[in-house]
Amino acid sequence: MASLKDLKNRITSVKSTQKITKAKKMVAAAKLRRAQERVEQARPYAEKMESVMASLGSRVVPGPEASPLLVGTGKTDTYLLVIATSDRGLAGAFNANIVKKARETADRLIAAGKTVKFYLLGKKGRAVIRRLYPDMIVHFQDFSDIKDPDFNYARAIANDIALRFEAGEFDVAQLYYSQFKSALVQVPTEQQIIPVPVDSHADEGAATGAIEYEPSEEAILDDLLPRNIAVQIFKGLLENGASEQGASMTAMDNATRNAGDLINDLTIQYNRTRQAVITTELVEIISGAEAL
Amino acid sequence: MTLQFELVSPEKQLRSGDVHQVVVPGSEGDFAVLEGHAPFMSTIRPGAIDVYETTSSGAERIFIEGGFAEVTDKGLTILAEHAQPVANIDVAGLSEKIAAAEAEVRAAPDDAHRELAEKKLAVLVAKREAAAN
Repeated sequence: MASLKDLKNRITSVKSTQKITKAKKMVAAAKLRRAQERVEQARPYAEKMESVMASLGSRVVPGPEASPLLVGTGKTDTYLLVIATSDRGLAGAFNANIVKKARETADRLIAAGKTVKFYLLGKKGRAVIRRLYPDMIVHFQDFSDIKDPDFNYARAIANDIALRFEAGEFDVAQLYYSQFKSALVQVPTEQQIIPVPVDSHADEGAATGAIEYEPSEEAILDDLLPRNIAVQIFKGLLENGASEQGASMTAMDNATRNAGDLINDLTIQYNRTRQAVITTELVEIISGAEAL
Repeated sequence: MTLQFELVSPEKQLRSGDVHQVVVPGSEGDFAVLEGHAPFMSTIRPGAIDVYETTSSGAERIFIEGGFAEVTDKGLTILAEHAQPVANIDVAGLSEKIAAAEAEVRAAPDDAHRELAEKKLAVLVAKREAAAN
């Protein structure tokens, strides 16, 4: 049985852990509100872009001159998996879930004989991917040089990816991030960014028959396609930011509660031990007195 | 006679409300949008849009980069990657940036990189022009 002093030490150490988790929870809650606002403010642009892309994409007939960003390279040999994770831990299974989602696809693609390349954003995904798929990481960057990713940041990433696409480094690009539903629910999401998936909205295009286009539908599309990649990446990063804080808040709330339970159990054990010690001492005194 | 006008950037909705007229620098020439304009879609070259709140008020100038305009029955929506009131443009810092961008164009290793650098330069030059007017 643990001595009184040991128990006391353990209680103190659990208490200080609880203080840390509690503080992290409150920080996450405050950051979550801001991250959520950013997601909501970015929504009108992304939605508008999506509807324009959908209506244009369904009107332009895929021909030989159509942009490869829209129709693809005609092959699906090489996949680029863009995985967005966070830089910090203490967020429960947030990063693990995103990586798991990507790994499922990666394993399936590798089994089908495709080449898979990884494009990693954020520190937390790197260790796992590097261990499981050595030599398949083509790019890695973390967010240590920037506090909140802004649109220029996303555009720089998108430009880099577009350049790699033009250089023929890959045929299909998928983006992995965690979609923010609420503080409790975040959904790891897989989204194809190159070529742009448009056919699912084909019927919406019919309603926009009388619109005039300047310079032309194709030219507008060519202009918007690279921009759309940036918008999608930006959206992914923002959703990820909110999801990270949400996951972190939930995880830290659980940890704080667990620590509380542990403290209660230890305190009860501590009190029992203390009483046992007192009883033993009393018995010793009484039997000593009786012996006289 | 008011036109429903929205200006959105990827980070947030910058403006939403009724105005009288907006003059937009389309990629094939400037065009003005009033209420009841026919449905229309156009890309925008880097430059300043002029927003007239009422018939009598002066123009409010906003510099727009990476823009795209859509006119529907509901009104005018401008998507801009970057927007900034012309009055806030830092003219002094601009010349330095233009020089840096020119150097980048010269140093570009291949066509794809050069194209990106040239785009950046064009934006900066357009910004200088907008500020000068």
